[in-house]
Amino acid sequence: MQHDTYGDSYLSDILASVKTIAMVGASTNWNRPSYFVMKYLQSKGFRVIPVNPGVAGEQLLGETVYARLEDIPDPVDMVDVFRNAEAAGPVTDSAIAINARIVWMQIGVRNDEAAARAEAAGLKVVMNRCPKIEYMRLHGEIGWNGINSNVITNRKRPVKAVKKLM
Amino acid sequence: MTDQPNEQRTFGFETRAVHAGAAPDPATGARATPIYQTTSYVFDDVEDAAALFNLQKMGFIYSRLTNPTVSVLEERIASLEGGRGATATSSGHAAQMLTFFALMSPGEEFLSSRKLYGGSLNQFANSFPRAFGWKAIFVDGEDADSYRRALTPKTKAIFIESLANPGGVVSDIAAIAEVAREANIPLIVDNTMATPYLCRPIEHGATLVVHSTTKFLSGHGNSVGGVVVDSGKFDWTAAGKYPALSDPEPGYHGLRFHETFGDLAFTIHAHAIGLRDLGPNQQPMNAFLTITGIETLALRMERHCANALKVAEFLQGHPAVAWVNYAGLPDSPYNALSRKYMPKGAGSVFTFGLKGGFDAGVAMVEGVELFSHLANIGDTRSLIIHPASTTHRQLSEEGLKASGATPDVIRLSIGIESAEDIIADLDQALKKAVR
Repeated sequence: MQHDTYGDSYLSDILASVKTIAMVGASTNWNRPSYFVMKYLQSKGFRVIPVNPGVAGEQLLGETVYARLEDIPDPVDMVDVFRNAEAAGPVTDSAIAINARIVWMQIGVRNDEAAARAEAAGLKVVMNRCPKIEYMRLHGEIGWNGINSNVITNRKRPVKAVKKLM
Repeated sequence: MTDQPNEQRTFGFETRAVHAGAAPDPATGARATPIYQTTSYVFDDVEDAAALFNLQKMGFIYSRLTNPTVSVLEERIASLEGGRGATATSSGHAAQMLTFFALMSPGEEFLSSRKLYGGSLNQFANSFPRAFGWKAIFVDGEDADSYRRALTPKTKAIFIESLANPGGVVSDIAAIAEVAREANIPLIVDNTMATPYLCRPIEHGATLVVHSTTKFLSGHGNSVGGVVVDSGKFDWTAAGKYPALSDPEPGYHGLRFHETFGDLAFTIHAHAIGLRDLGPNQQPMNAFLTITGIETLALRMERHCANALKVAEFLQGHPAVAWVNYAGLPDSPYNALSRKYMPKGAGSVFTFGLKGGFDAGVAMVEGVELFSHLANIGDTRSLIIHPASTTHRQLSEEGLKASGATPDVIRLSIGIESAEDIIADLDQALKKAVR
């Protein structure tokens, strides 16, 4: 499928189906985007397992950091790629190898060849998006700061999607 | 609302004018947007407060920054303009101040059309340079080349009005946007008089759109407010001259807004720095009234434009009238631009000249019986003013001429009353003016 645009239902189905996310490129610096995307996703009930060879073995937001996706002992639903487009290629291959169902590349990251390999292996792919921003957008939070969500709804939206876990 | 995974149904303008940004209240199910008349919001715990203060999650801290009623207004206008985000302010002037605050440093310049609302001319020519060291270079010609020739290495932005106050002048937005694109600077368009129903500057290349929401958006002459909408399309980091958006921000532990928030950067910055430090937030009551007004924007603008065209045609045939400057008239020099940028109508604010000059102008505004003589536009009520004796009074003779507010000029803002009543009132007042 093309990856210039995504329907709301495609993204919301992915986010609703995911329990465990491996975040490749997670930072231990509290003021970096990957750190607070991890923290945000945890607050919405996702388990986020950090992957970063530079700090492998350390603890980050209550989780052990692994050097590679292949080192994670637990099943992973989705791989969130906080690396550049080139690095996203081998990360995608690892995601296929560990039987992840979804590869999600962050804003500014797009690798169409890797996406094609993932889709051929039956994975769903999102590129050039941030799961935190999409979660906030689809749950009515992004408008709190004046951002256009492009969502029209006639339903009450829960203030918190899930019980606070941290 | 589509079976295609990679396509998203887009809603029409009228649907978004009613719904965008609003949802039933999460606590009560209230369908109209509640007025959250509160200064502050309880934190879940210290961790929650820290995440909010560090901009790591969105939410509410204090109503100078964000407020749930105001944020509905922001998202609604962002949606109607086709922007990424919007920041509501206490007035249109505050929106302009907030916009330049994000872009400019002392000693830097921006290019501005000279065909502007008189209040903007004062703000740019006098207060901006005195208080902030921001210098407006006024461009006399209306063509793109006049702007191109005025560019210098210090130029940080170009500012124009889509449909210029006091009326009748339509800017060639796409051509001026191209000049801005070549210079790698943002084009800022004041879209107050056109509204997004008639014209959407972002579709023609504008980076930022500002409004006085006091006018047609609110629409009923009851709420002062403003907004700045960001297209999300400008690369603040690559341009290399907008440090507030691209460089580490000491007030947020060295956070870089553009790197961290991508195309949300301008809007997040405008709240987290602009509103936080300058303080001109919009009040929730005003936001509520403006949200309500916007729901009927399309209907009102249709009638405003239809009435204005009838009035312009009437004035054009009147013996006491020297000229009518309405871009909707076929013989207006701006008719072609109007049809290109505002195909649904040329707005309802325009000027005409009285053969009797200044004295006839004074007699006219004092002789109307239905029109209101006041300094506003974009009300349901028809409004009249004589700029030379009021809004543009602070300008010199030269400034009056350059801004199109010569002594014989009357500015009208045509309301949505019965067209025949509007015309009858002008007819009787014109009789008094030529006496």
